[in-house]
Parts: sequence; C-alpha cells; structure tokens
Amino acid sequence: MAFIPRVGVYVCHCGINIAATVDVKAVTAFASRLPGVVVSRDYTYMCSDPGQSLIKNDIRDLNLNRVVVASCSPRMHEPTFRAAVADGGLNPYCFEMANIREQCSWVHTSGAPTTQKAMQLVASAVAKATLLQPLEQRQVPTTPAALVIGGGIAGMQSALDIAEAGFQVTLVERSPQLGGHVGHLHRTFPTLEVTDDLIRPVIESVTHHPRIRVMTESEVAGVGGYVGNFLVGVRHGQETVEVPVGAIVVATGFEIFDARRKPELGYGAYPEVITTADFERLAASGEIRVNGREPKKVVFIHCVGSRDQAIGNAYCSRICCMVAAKQASLVRERLPQADVTVFFMDVRAFGKNFEEFYDDVRKSGVVYRRGNPSEIIRRGDRVVVRAEDTLLGEPVEAEADLVVLAVGMQPRADTGAVASLLKLSRSSDGFFMEAHPKLRPVDTAMAGIFLAGTCQGPKDIPETISQARAAASAAMIPLMRGQVTIEAATSFVDEELCSGCGQCASICTFAALSLHPTRGVMTVNAVLCQGCGACATACPSGAINVKHFTFDQVMAQIEVLSDFEVPSIPVPATVETAQA
Amino acid sequence: MTAFDLLDTQRQVPAALVIGGGIAGIQAALDIADAGFQVYLVERSPSIGGRMSQLDKTFPTLDCSACILTPKMVDAGRHPNIQLLTYSEVTQVSGEAGRFHVQIKKKPRYVDVDKCSGCGLCAEACRLSGRVTSDFNAGMAKRAAIYVPFPQAVPLVYTVDPEACVFLTRGVCGKTFKCKDACTADAVNFDQKEEMLEVDVATIITATGFDVFDPTRRPELGYGQYPQVITTLEFERLASASGPTAGRISLNGNLPKKVVFIQCVGSRDANIGVPYCSRVCCMAVAKQAHLAHDRLPGAEITVFYIDIRAFGKGFEEFYDRVRAEGVLYRRGNPSEIIRRGDRLLVRAEDILLGENVEVEADLVVLAVGIGPRQDAESVAQMLHLTQDVDGFFQEDHPKMRIVESGVPGIYLAGCCQGPKDIPDTVSHAKAAASAAMILLARTEKEMVPAHAAD
Amino acid sequence: MLQIESRSFAREHELFACVQCGKCTAGCPMALKTKLNPRQLIQRLLVAGNGFDLEGREELWDCTTCATCSTRCPKKVNPMEMIIGLRGAFVEKGRVHPNVKTALESTFRQGNPLTMPRDQRGAWASDLSLKPMAEGTEYLYYVGCTPSYDPRVQKVARSLVTILQKAGVDFGIMGNQENCCGSEVRRLGEAGLFEMMSEENTETFKGLGVNKMFTTSPHCFNAYRNDYPKNGMQVQHYTQILAGLVEGRKLEFSGRLEKSITYHDPCYLGKHNGVFDEPRAVLAAIPGAKLIEMDRSRTKSLCCEGGGGRMWLEGTNPGLRLAQLRVKEALETGAEVLATACPFCLQTLDEAVKHLNAEDKLQVMDVAELVAQAL
Repeated sequence: MAFIPRVGVYVCHCGINIAATVDVKAVTAFASRLPGVVVSRDYTYMCSDPGQSLIKNDIRDLNLNRVVVASCSPRMHEPTFRAAVADGGLNPYCFEMANIREQCSWVHTSGAPTTQKAMQLVASAVAKATLLQPLEQRQVPTTPAALVIGGGIAGMQSALDIAEAGFQVTLVERSPQLGGHVGHLHRTFPTLEVTDDLIRPVIESVTHHPRIRVMTESEVAGVGGYVGNFLVGVRHGQETVEVPVGAIVVATGFEIFDARRKPELGYGAYPEVITTADFERLAASGEIRVNGREPKKVVFIHCVGSRDQAIGNAYCSRICCMVAAKQASLVRERLPQADVTVFFMDVRAFGKNFEEFYDDVRKSGVVYRRGNPSEIIRRGDRVVVRAEDTLLGEPVEAEADLVVLAVGMQPRADTGAVASLLKLSRSSDGFFMEAHPKLRPVDTAMAGIFLAGTCQGPKDIPETISQARAAASAAMIPLMRGQVTIEAATSFVDEELCSGCGQCASICTFAALSLHPTRGVMTVNAVLCQGCGACATACPSGAINVKHFTFDQVMAQIEVLSDFEVPSIPVPATVETAQA
Repeated sequence: MTAFDLLDTQRQVPAALVIGGGIAGIQAALDIADAGFQVYLVERSPSIGGRMSQLDKTFPTLDCSACILTPKMVDAGRHPNIQLLTYSEVTQVSGEAGRFHVQIKKKPRYVDVDKCSGCGLCAEACRLSGRVTSDFNAGMAKRAAIYVPFPQAVPLVYTVDPEACVFLTRGVCGKTFKCKDACTADAVNFDQKEEMLEVDVATIITATGFDVFDPTRRPELGYGQYPQVITTLEFERLASASGPTAGRISLNGNLPKKVVFIQCVGSRDANIGVPYCSRVCCMAVAKQAHLAHDRLPGAEITVFYIDIRAFGKGFEEFYDRVRAEGVLYRRGNPSEIIRRGDRLLVRAEDILLGENVEVEADLVVLAVGIGPRQDAESVAQMLHLTQDVDGFFQEDHPKMRIVESGVPGIYLAGCCQGPKDIPDTVSHAKAAASAAMILLARTEKEMVPAHAAD
Repeated sequence: MLQIESRSFAREHELFACVQCGKCTAGCPMALKTKLNPRQLIQRLLVAGNGFDLEGREELWDCTTCATCSTRCPKKVNPMEMIIGLRGAFVEKGRVHPNVKTALESTFRQGNPLTMPRDQRGAWASDLSLKPMAEGTEYLYYVGCTPSYDPRVQKVARSLVTILQKAGVDFGIMGNQENCCGSEVRRLGEAGLFEMMSEENTETFKGLGVNKMFTTSPHCFNAYRNDYPKNGMQVQHYTQILAGLVEGRKLEFSGRLEKSITYHDPCYLGKHNGVFDEPRAVLAAIPGAKLIEMDRSRTKSLCCEGGGGRMWLEGTNPGLRLAQLRVKEALETGAEVLATACPFCLQTLDEAVKHLNAEDKLQVMDVAELVAQAL
C-alpha cells in the first residue's frame, strides 16, 4: 500500500527570537500549501507544554504520520519534540526539524529574503519528512561499574560517591600517589586550614574503600564500546588490563602556566622571582627565605599567563586572586616586618567568604595597587617591578626581594591526546568542552563520559568537589537504571551493492564496521555506530546509508532547495496563531 | 544486590523530597528520578522555573533563558518518577535520614488542574484584569486576579490569587463570577479547599533560592524616587519577550539613549550589613549592557564598577567582547544620583582618570545583590538548618562539604546556600542529588532485605 | 616639608580596609570645586610606606566634615576622620591659617571662637527672664556660641524660648557660664584643646545636675551626643523637642503661615545623626505651611560649606560657593521660604541669597522662627 504522507508543520515564534526577524505567519501559510502537509500552525513557544500539546492533539485528531517543527537548533529541542511526538503515539523518528533560528533569524536581519530563507528551510524539511521511516530505539543493559581517570580531589570525590552508591569503581592515576595538585598545597583559602588535614581523610577513604580499585602509575591506553558498555584498556607498566565499565569520569586536572613564557618577568633568571606554586612549597617548608635571608619587600603579581591574549590565554584562571591573597596573608603572619604589595587588575574575590577574606588581608596591612606590571629588572641585590599605579595615575617602580607570580591554570599538555582517546571536544580555551555551558556542565558529547574538575576549566576546591559529585550523579544514573537507550540513527549496508572492499571500516573512528566472516559483505555494529555518516560518504558503491539521513532523504532536501521558487511576499495570512 | 536487580519494577522505591522548583530543584529532581527513585518536587508558586524563568538571556552564551529552561521544566513535569506539587508548601518535617515524615500543604488554586487547559479566557474576563501587580514581572506589569505567572508555566494551569481576587478577599464578585462564566471547561471551582499531604522520604534537598537586595536601603541612589532608576531584575523583565514591553527596552514608551549600570548595590557593602560579593552581577550587567547595546542602537552605555569579576568559563572573553562593542567601563562606585532640571545625573569618581564625573542617564540599572529569602529563617527552623552570618543556609564545611547541611539526610542545592550562577547551580544541585542518591540506594537496600538474600 | 608617619597613621585610621571604590570622592561636595580627592589621598598614604609629606596639600582645609564619604563607604572606612587627623599634623606644627589661629585662641580664652567677650554671652536673654540651669530643672537648653552672639541667629534662640515657654517646657540656660562645645575645634584638628574642653564642660554639666539637654545647633548636638565621652546625658536637637511637642499636641497655633517652604537638611543633623523626619514634622504642623522637597533632600542634601571649620576658612576655591548652588536649587522649587535648623546653614544660605540678589524671592528662616511666627 502506498504511503501517503500526512505532515503537520509547526512554526515557532520563539517569543521574539524568530518572530521579530521572520514573518512566521507567512511561513506558516506557505507551509500549508506544501505537498503532503495537512495542517500548518504557528505558536509562540513550541517547546512549552501547550506547544507540544498542539502536536499531540493533531497527531490524534488529524491522523498525522509525519511532523515538522520549524524552530531552533535540533541540538536544543530535538529530544523534546521527539518525546512529544512519541507521547502522541507516533514513532519519534517520524519527526524533522527546520532550524529557522540559529540558521536564519539569528543570523540575518528582518526582511523578505530572511522569511524566504525560512520558507526554503521548511520546504526542505517537509520534503525529507515525507521520506522518513520509523526507527526503533533499543535498550541494552549497563555494566554496574565506573572508571575514573585521575586521582586528584575531583577523581577521588567522584569515585567515592559512585562507590558509596554501591558500584565498583576503578580509579586510574598516572603518578605514584593520589592527591593531585591539592596534595601540594600548604593552606587553602579562605579558611587557611592545613590542606593536608583536608585531603588526607579523602585519600584514606578512597584507598580503603571496598569498592574502589586504585591503580596508580597507570594510564588509560584505549577506550572501546559505548555508554553502559565501555571496555577500557588500562596500562600499568608492561601489562594492560581490560576494565569493563558503564560510565567514565574524566578528572585529569590541569597544569600550571610556565612563567618562563613571560621572560620579561624574570622567572628562571632571578632567584627572587618565584611562582605561587613555588611559594606554596616554600611556606610549607617552614621558612620563607630568599638568597639566604628573610625578604623585607614582597610583591605579588596577578594574572601571569591569564587574561593574556599576547600569549594566547584570554581566559581568567579564577583562583589566583584568592591564592595571592592567601599567600600575602601568610607573609604578613610569618614575616611581620615585611612590606607586602599586590599588583592586580581586578580582585576576583567572588566566592563564599572571599570578599571578607580580602577585607581581612587588606586590613592586615597588605597594600593593593592596581596595575599589571610590565617587567622586572635587577637593581643591586634586589629586583624592581615596573608598573603603573592606575589608581594614582603614575608609573611606579616597586623594589622587591621576593616577587611571587600568580600563575594561571592551563590545560594539560596531553589534553589533545586524551581528547582523541575519548572523542572529547575542547573549548576555545583548550580545556575539555562540556555539552552545554549553562545546563550541562558535566556531560560531554559522548554519552556515558563525564567531566569533573579543572580539566573542564579552572576552579577552586569546593567547586571541584561540587562538579565531581555532579559527574558522579550523572554517571550513577545509567548504572542505577541498569540500562541505556541506543541511538537508532545508525548506518546500514545494502548487501546487494556491497563488495566488501572495507573502505568504510578504514574510515570509521568507532570501529563499528567489520567484514562478515562468511557473506563477504560489511556489517554494522549498530551499538557502536554513532551515525556520523563518514562510511556512507566513503563507500564507492553507494552501499551504505545512514538511517534517518539516507541518500534519498538528503537529495530530496537538496532538490527542494535548488529548485525553490520564491513566493511573493506578503502572503495573505489565512492561518491564525494557534491558541493552546 | 546488584544494579540489575533494580530493573524489577515491582520493588518498593524510596523517595526524595525537593523543596523549591527553580533550576536547582528541577535539576536535582531530574537526576534522582532518572536514577529510578521517586521524587516529590514541591514549589510554592503556581509554576516551577524559579528565577531563571524571569531572565531574558543568560551569560556568556546569550542563550535564551526560557529556551534552555523549558525542556527541563517539561521533563520534570512529565517524568513518571516525579510528583510535581506546585502551589504547595512544606509545613512540617520530622524524623531522620532515611525516614523523614513530611507534611505538605497544597494550597487551593480554585481551579481544577485536570480540567484547565491554560486557554486564558478566564483572565481576559476577570474584573481585575490589568489591575493586579505581577510579581513575576518584578512589579512592572499588571495581570488579572486569575493568572499564570508566565506563558511557559509548568503546569500551565490558572490560579486565583487569594490576595487580589475580590471574591476571596471581600466575599462577592459582582453579580456573577466572570472567570467561571468565561471558562469553557468548567474548571473554576471556588469550593476548593486546602489539602494536606503526608509523605515519607529518605532524604530532603533544600533548593529554596534567593531574594534580591532592596535598593531603597541606599536612598541616595534614588530607587523609588526616580522612575528611571531600576534594578537588574526589572531590566531583565523589560528585555524579555514575555515581559511588560515584549522585549523592547523602553520606559514610558521611550527608548533610552544613555544607560548607566551601577555594580555592587547591596553587595561588598559592610556599611549596610551585606559585606559579601553576590558573584553573578558583574556578568549579569555585562550581559545586560550587551543587550542594551544590541536593542538600543546609538545609545551610550556606561558601567560603573569596583572590580570586574569575570571569573568563569567564557566570562573574560565575554567581558572583552562587550567592551569591544563599545560599552564604556568606568571604575568608580557612584555615590549618588541627582536630578538637575529634567536630567538625571549619576555622580561618581572615574578613578582611572582621577576625576569626578557626572554622567547623564535616562535609564539607570542598579545591580542589586543576591540575598537569602525573606523566609529563610522559618525554613531553617523547620528543617533544623543553621544559617550563616549572611542568612544563607550553612554548609557543613566551606571547602569539602558544600552540599551537606549539617543535618544528616538534608542537602543544600543552589543559591539558598550562597550566590551562584546557573552552571554552578546545576553542578551544586547535581552534587546534592549524588549525595541524596547514595542515601536513597542505601535506604532501598534496607527496604527490601529479601533481595539481598537472593 | 610636613612629614607624617603614614604607616601608623594608616593603621590608626584603618585605611587598609579601603578597596579604592571611589564612592567617597564621588559624593564629596568639595570635590565639585576643589582638588580634594579622599580616595586618592588614601591610596597615596597606603603606598607611601612610612613617610608621607603633607606639604602643599591645602585642599585638606576644604573639607566641611559633612560625612557623606563616611556614611556611604562600603568598607566602613572614615575618610572624614582621616582628614581631621591630617589637619592635626598641620596644627601640631602651628601651620594654620591666621583666621583659624584667632578662632582657636579665642575659644581657649573667651570660650567662643567669635572673639567676643565671655561676659557678654548671656546678654541676648537679659530681657527674657529665663531660668538659670540648676539641679532639678528638666532640660538644659544649651544655646551655643553663634546663637548667643550673632544678632541674626539670636532671633532663632529668642524664637525658640518663646515656643518653649508657651508649651510649658521646663528648661534652664547657663548664661555666661556656658562654654563653647568645641565641635569646630575638633574638626580643625586641635584634638588637645578639644579634649580639655570636653573634660571641663562635662564637669560643669555634672555640677549643674544636667540629665537632659537640647541645643540650637546640630554641631553642638553632634559633639555632645557623639564626640564627648559617654556620661549618661540625653542629648537632643531642639527640632526633636519640638517634634515631641507636636506629637503630644502641646503646641497651639493661634495663627497661620501661608507660605511654601522648602527644608534644607543640615549635614550635622541629617547625615551625621539621621534626624530627617522631626524638623519636617514640625514644619508640617504649622497651619498654612506648604512643604516642597528639593531633589537633594535628606541623605543627598548639599552641604552649605559651613562645617568643618569652614566658617573661618575661605578654602581653595572661594569663587564658587556651594551655598549659592543650594539657594538656586531652592529657588527652582518655587518655594518662598528656605527653612533650616542650623546656625551655620542659616548664615551661609542667607549670605548666598543676598549675593544672588534673591531676597525678594526667597527668605532664609530657621524652623524655630517659622514656628514662632504662627504661634
């Protein structure tokens, strides 16, 4: 029986985000006349409850078998509308989106050409929709275990939470001990507690936890599988063990900015110039001495390697203002005779009790001077910091016998390698990229792999712990649920056309294609396949298609776009805005 | 007991209570529900969404706030494991971790939630249509006595405001109830009564949010005296498509030409008892300055600040962008706003120039600080929580345990523990969920000892 | 060279708490017309290490001690007190303007800064049969130097006693025994003399059995209430007494005053002590009086430049007078009367009206005078 498409088209205003630039009523009227379309509506917020109800009611009342929503990016609401369509009784893959926001209203100015473009996009989506096929999503069981990469405070906290929830955790740390950077801190702001007292109990809990297996001096060598069923190769010395897990938490931490990249500050050249990391060790050693003497004039400099486009680090490292304040207060406490000056651009004392700590540090006698020093030069047995005091509007030369550079955090040198291993993206600042900067701070584009701690961006200890626990929560969900849903839009092979040449397999980064042992054709592991489509492009015989993005479907879209006849505008609006 | 056993849907599941339906409460509830546990999400206003639903765009991505929030709201509304109790309040909590006994008051909406389709005919017909001040719109718009707070409300069900409705306050509504007459679904029901619900939960997450600083406490800034002086929250409503001016940043119909933002109003101010930093305002103002620049072509936009705390991911870059667009940043905390003739003048020292300036403005936006809710004390008492010196709920340890409240089994999520932006709130809420899930998993084990023997 | 030990000075005045936000300079009325920049001064002191040269900083004498800086500082720094402290360094070295020297010496010798004879202090009341203060009298009416000696301001004192007598308030005065409160002495930086005076005056009050007192001038009110050591005395400004009478319905007005009045908040009454409502309540009680507020009212009131010793100092920019700006603001309201409750404000505003030739448009009157007119 021939399939007769009954398409419902829904054009979203998105408040004024679309409606201010695109004539949504004209688009709706235009869509109503497209082949296959039985109803065309517009509404202010399609993603809202009433918007979704429009779709569900029409599926039921008008026997729709395909749905097109013209609104924002699928990355935003495809899952929302798929769920709505499914709720309405239709297979969620019988749904297509036309992005008339990010790809239209947000990038053009108001006017007829913009509305016409939106019409084109809708027509193209409708053409594809009529060719869509229902697809089934599968459930697969998950391995009730997790892997945490990195044994710093983030990794340890994630591991503890997941283990406490009842699951087995393997914690992989490349150095011989746990603790990460926090393990090297002397005191923490703003409480000035001895850091060791804070971290030692955590290390103890992790080391003795019955469900945590700690593998130090180990590295992740390879990751196969998919969410719920990863197989991770962990190399320890000469041998590699295979660890099956359901979720992975990446907590690989950060590196300290190398202050030698700012040669004008003299780090490495003058013994009087050290970094905040060096100072932490100095303070921990019990004696603050430089050149064999207690310094009398100590200068701190903020933002070394941060907020610095000249060396390619435009971002703020978030913690250094407080680190410098903390260390300045330690100097005041231990060297009461010393003058302490802090050169800053802004003082970012934003967290709980930070401003009050900053107040106390100033009241203790630390002088804050606004100005980013340009250079440090030698003068006799001291060094001189040259800056402008912008609060006084005059250049200053501050003599110092100890200069502490507040160096920033940067992504680890091997971030690129780890990213390749785990198929993670990186933000423009080089740290790992979360799935959405506002609402999905621990997810990545790879389902089942989560981020925790400074590998995602600079943060302090409480924020790191918070994010680590957040990652644990995200990791626990598939483990507690016991199963995951597999994406249905994967590739498939037409065995009559396939010659078994293997070009597709060589290009697949997910190892999802393999040669059938007896039939001489390629087969797709639908669970490993991510639906990227590289194989379909590579195949010389045109034997591979990606479900939901078949050659026919994509060509239909292209044909509509290239043959598009621009309708005259304005189009009489015969359709009223839907009332929910 | 292994995770596979959890697939058995016949099992008894322990529940969590989440108090507060803003983004923190919603996120915590979703995580716990996704993991297979039962959640009671209690929100005292008619819809979930909280402060995030009042925002137009969010920094630094300039995502439309409603666009990224509504999917989560809808998810929470339709999640099989979440029982959404809006227009409800927790009145009593007793017991201990693993077995709290909670009393919840469901306030009468006077509208049958199963019949109401959210069509809005009642509000159009209401005698007080256009006369009741809308809290959601920060007092800048009017609504009827029967209302939904905003168009994307979840649930999209109307509610009668018991403090505004003439029938409820005075006993009579003309000859006939206009709302009832207009409703085609017979959903209005003035016989509805308050209902009490009692539930047992293993764990509680407090996500009750924040209130903003009242700028009349710094009278020299002229808030309340000059109509052109507004708060950042009010600006957000002006900029919103669902706000009083449909996103047109106008005052009395006029588009401002000179906009001045003032940071740190009610923050970093030990003099009036709010010494702490409210954390989000530097970025909120940068975002609003960008919006003003975008929607008011040719307008002069100035930001007066003490420090710019652009510390998060993408924040410094956004601050760079906003300055590059032409927003003028001047260091100096203005002392007062005065009127000279028909001009409003903001008086500050431009510290970097070392000279006093008087900047003319036809719109002044005060970046008001974030503070604890007015009723934080009574919530603290009900849950036996401690409040810190600034009135926020006290965490168990400022570095190592910021979701634990000190009361075992009760966790803190979001701004009720201290000012945070959206990503930090989401992280914090998920962290609270993690802690809750550990307790829930343990409670579940205890609930079904037979399984352990399998 | 006028060196001070800046480090200990900064400690003493808690200057390290300063976060350089600039609110002090932004609100300083003198920054409108001089180089006075409290914020920058603080930063200079902080970075000076231990040795700061005050030479040439004449703008320090421009400060009127209006307290706008201190009341608004978010970090609770007190730039006003810092400036008074810096003046002290000048005073120690005898580096003061001749006018100031004269005023200080006169205060020391004659008990008033106006170079008037001590034994003339009580003369203004010689025809009024007022009770001398003694044990058992409820209130001491502390008149003050300017109301005692200056003919214009004597009218205020006379109006006040008329009101008090009519209302039956039990009060006594000190006559020639009254000594200057020392407020301006302290603000000019002469801490030593002030300390001496405050000790003496406190002894005298004790001897007279003073428990409650009220003053004509907000400066005296502020000094006795806040600067003097705690001695258990209840100190009020006369507008507070009158407001109490209004509330207790003890004031009977037989006449009306059909005038539009705008009230200027004196810095020492308003900004320093939060007394904004009482004078307004008193004015509102006058039958026929119509009150109009200036934009700069209450905490934003514009200083008249009378305080901080400025009655004896022209300052670094005498060409521009804030009192004239203030009178212009009053004229803009259309009011017929510019009311105030401070002798210094009265004098400077009155002079400004004359200077602007606006006597036919605006009358400067004290609250007491206005009340007395309608009694």
